[in-house]
Amino acid sequence: MGLAHIAAVFRNGRTAFMPYVMTGYPDLATFRRVIEHLVISGADLIEMGVPFSDPLADGPVIQAAAQRALENGITLADCITSVADLRARGLHTPIALMSYVNPILAYGVARFVEDSAAAGVDGFIVPDLPPEEADELEAACRQHDLAMVYLLAPNSPPERIALITARSRGFVYLVSLTGVTGARDALPPQLPQFVARVRAATRKPLAVGFGVKSGEQARAVASLADGVIVGSALVELAGRSLEQMTQLAREISAAVHAGESPLP
Amino acid sequence: MTTSAIFVSETSRGRFGPYGGQFVPETLMAPLRELERAYLDARADPVFERELQHLLSTYVGRPTPLSLAARLTAHLGGARIYLKREDLAHSGAHKINNTIGQALLARRMGKQRVVAETGAGQHGVATATACALLGLQCLVYMGSVDMERQCPNVYRMQLLGAEVRAVNSGSCTLKDAINEAIRDWVTNVGDTYYLLGSALGPHPYPTIVRDFQCVIGRETRAQILSAEGRLPDLLIACVGGGSNAIGLFHPFLEDPGVHMVGVEAGGEGIASGRHAARFADPQRGRTGVLHGTYSFVLQTPDGQIMETHSISAGLDYPAVGPEHALLRQQGRVEYTYATDEEALAAFHLLAQLEGIIPALESAHAVAEAVKRAPLLGRDALIVVNLSGRGDKDLDTVMKRTCSQQVEMER
Repeated sequence: MGLAHIAAVFRNGRTAFMPYVMTGYPDLATFRRVIEHLVISGADLIEMGVPFSDPLADGPVIQAAAQRALENGITLADCITSVADLRARGLHTPIALMSYVNPILAYGVARFVEDSAAAGVDGFIVPDLPPEEADELEAACRQHDLAMVYLLAPNSPPERIALITARSRGFVYLVSLTGVTGARDALPPQLPQFVARVRAATRKPLAVGFGVKSGEQARAVASLADGVIVGSALVELAGRSLEQMTQLAREISAAVHAGESPLP
Repeated sequence: MTTSAIFVSETSRGRFGPYGGQFVPETLMAPLRELERAYLDARADPVFERELQHLLSTYVGRPTPLSLAARLTAHLGGARIYLKREDLAHSGAHKINNTIGQALLARRMGKQRVVAETGAGQHGVATATACALLGLQCLVYMGSVDMERQCPNVYRMQLLGAEVRAVNSGSCTLKDAINEAIRDWVTNVGDTYYLLGSALGPHPYPTIVRDFQCVIGRETRAQILSAEGRLPDLLIACVGGGSNAIGLFHPFLEDPGVHMVGVEAGGEGIASGRHAARFADPQRGRTGVLHGTYSFVLQTPDGQIMETHSISAGLDYPAVGPEHALLRQQGRVEYTYATDEEALAAFHLLAQLEGIIPALESAHAVAEAVKRAPLLGRDALIVVNLSGRGDKDLDTVMKRTCSQQVEMER
């Protein structure tokens, strides 16, 4: 479990399919089935979103999903409990909790990391917490041997690429574009250069997210990166039709894993 | 200039003691650094200072007067009350001090597109005004609930050439408008300047906005010395994000004899939970992060940001500027609140006794003066920051007064 569990995802040059889900969306029962379907579809790591009232890095789809989850009464404590639940049901897939910083501060940083570790969470992604502000959370992660994943953006200058690749543990999250989460029709043309700039600074796995919505796009991203993160496109379908969501997840998973030798 | 000392020492990471900071997505880290550099560079440039001073005096109408409120003073029977007349600044509030400064900065940085948020519409109007003056493209995000409450200001912004975009997420008020403005900035970060309206948000905004608003306190200082030959005993200002208050207070912080009170929006009372008093409600107002800064935030036990209430849209915001959090911790500034009822009573009192219709925001500060003046001796001096004029609030007050009359007649 923990950091090593996440590192194993990328072993032997394997490329990972990393879907994002909003915890408790559209409701807790359906959410559990969403996870099951994603795992069966080939998810290598689950990013479990924690709903927040003011998600300023998110586009309309995830905003609406968060709102719905909050209306369902989902708290950060519920998200941690959900992980414990999933683990008790035998889910082995690595899980990273993705939360804005305020719910974590309200919960208490030390207790949050401790409870997460006990529940079977493997790492954290906190989109509004740059490394400059993250000393306490990062120290607690080290103590419990959990991953702390930082994000890089296309406009991050060289000194920030150096800082973030050095501090990020588990993988580095590359935000494909300057903007909020949400499906886009085309990948940003500068993505290959961006990935190459980061690649030159680190040997850590690089996962690319924001804007991916199809198998075709996923295949293109998989040719550059070690992980493909897909959020809004799947979240939108999760709220509408589990069947359609699963179909898209399979398509993306196949695209991401194409070219790999079949598992023994 | 107080600017550089703050940047170098207490806020090398943009901190005011434990408060402040930069809790933002990575995409904004480089632009915030660029903004900080551009700002420091501008403040060190005499050409920038000259142009700012020129516009403040020939366009904004500064210095604004410091008026003795003689009849209010006589009515309350205590301290002599002066009003710092930011209501007389162009566009009707102190907001213009900041928007002129930041719009000049945007132009200097070569950003042609300005985005801003607005709650009551005052900052939106002041931003649209500055952008019209300097030939910048202006887009203002405003919660759809606020657009309904403050319809005339929507039209004013449009008249000034700005586009007003409705925000329909969350509570559809100021905090959601800020979310949307930040999302826009994240998306269009190359050519866009985010013109934040209060002394909050990620570093360097709290410092930039404070510095541009300090003109209020500097003028007040010179004016009271000339009128009374001494410094005031008490300064009072309302605190939403806290820009008019920090602008008045800051130039007096080193004067131990000057007591200062910030007045938050008490709404329907603290116990009701329907208020915007971050400091006065220890159960809901706890330290946390909203919009990039660590300060006191009204939130649920599990860290969700709460919806707030105030009769004054400009104070209706769940977080307070980080420097206020520090000044409170240091005990340098005292913070209290006035309820909707108290603010309304002060609104009417000032109109009738002084011929000044204050903004409902500023009426909260007047309400505190009404409480304090009788407790102080006749030789004591109070300065109240009259941060804006009340024309924009006539509709709100009329509705409220009429519905009360109807109820009384029943």
